[in-house]
Amino acid sequence: MSDMTVLIVDDSSVMRKIVERALRQAGLNLTRVIEAGNGREGLEVLGRERVQLIVSDINMPNMDGLEFLRQLQSQDLAKGAPVVMITTESGEEHVREALTAGAQGYIRKPFTPDQVRDRVLPLLASV
Amino acid sequence: MAALPIAVKDVSRFEQNLDRAVEEVFSTMMGVSCAPAEGGAGSGSEHGTISAVVGLAGAISGSLVLHSGSDAAMRIAERMMGVAPEGVDAMVRDAMGEVCNMVAGAWKGADPELTSACLLSTPTVVAGSSYELFSQRAPIRIERGYQFEDGVLSITLFCECGK
Repeated sequence: MSDMTVLIVDDSSVMRKIVERALRQAGLNLTRVIEAGNGREGLEVLGRERVQLIVSDINMPNMDGLEFLRQLQSQDLAKGAPVVMITTESGEEHVREALTAGAQGYIRKPFTPDQVRDRVLPLLASV
Repeated sequence: MAALPIAVKDVSRFEQNLDRAVEEVFSTMMGVSCAPAEGGAGSGSEHGTISAVVGLAGAISGSLVLHSGSDAAMRIAERMMGVAPEGVDAMVRDAMGEVCNMVAGAWKGADPELTSACLLSTPTVVAGSSYELFSQRAPIRIERGYQFEDGVLSITLFCECGK
């Protein structure tokens, strides 16, 4: 897998580190990991940084992951970067809402590194 | 969202789903088993406690509270992160909040009537040596004790039909 910059959006710093570890275990060569604590911070990052992958929680303060997804569509630096939601919300409606808002993948917490690999790698192969 | 009437049989189901949710979160995220403790609920005799609270709203309303002593909380954080904390620091509080969040999510996700009909708040964490948490109007209170390795914790679910 070629070098890449990833944006991880989650209000939990512990979860951001766990997601980063899972992505590395999946074999991704992460040259840069940018962290954001909510959707608003994530959008600020994408106003100045180009990323190749975005992983976001849904349930966050200030701006949740679904609103982040909607506003993400107008960010040029995020164009072509797959978005994977990792969240405790697993209901059909939540999944549908996230996919409609622009997510390409959905992983329910708790998750294993294998699940991250299986959901993320196919998305990157098509980029 | 329609309110969910809660019957006695629901309480038993809630307990079973809670046990499964706890085991799923601990085994998946920490690689350890966490099963109901023989002695029931309680956080051991450790000094200093930490509680994480996630609110529930929608078909049912209430809260799910994860409570443990400091040592158990630090062990949870260590298992999740692979790094031993020196005390109840931000990492430990964050880890407890996330575990509570994941247990609440797995718990409601196991119940078809709640999966999409009950929303979760972001977690709140309280740490200290002298505090009590109250839920003023919750007709249903389920309290379960759990053991992982040599650590113990308790989870209390306060809930009622949603409005």
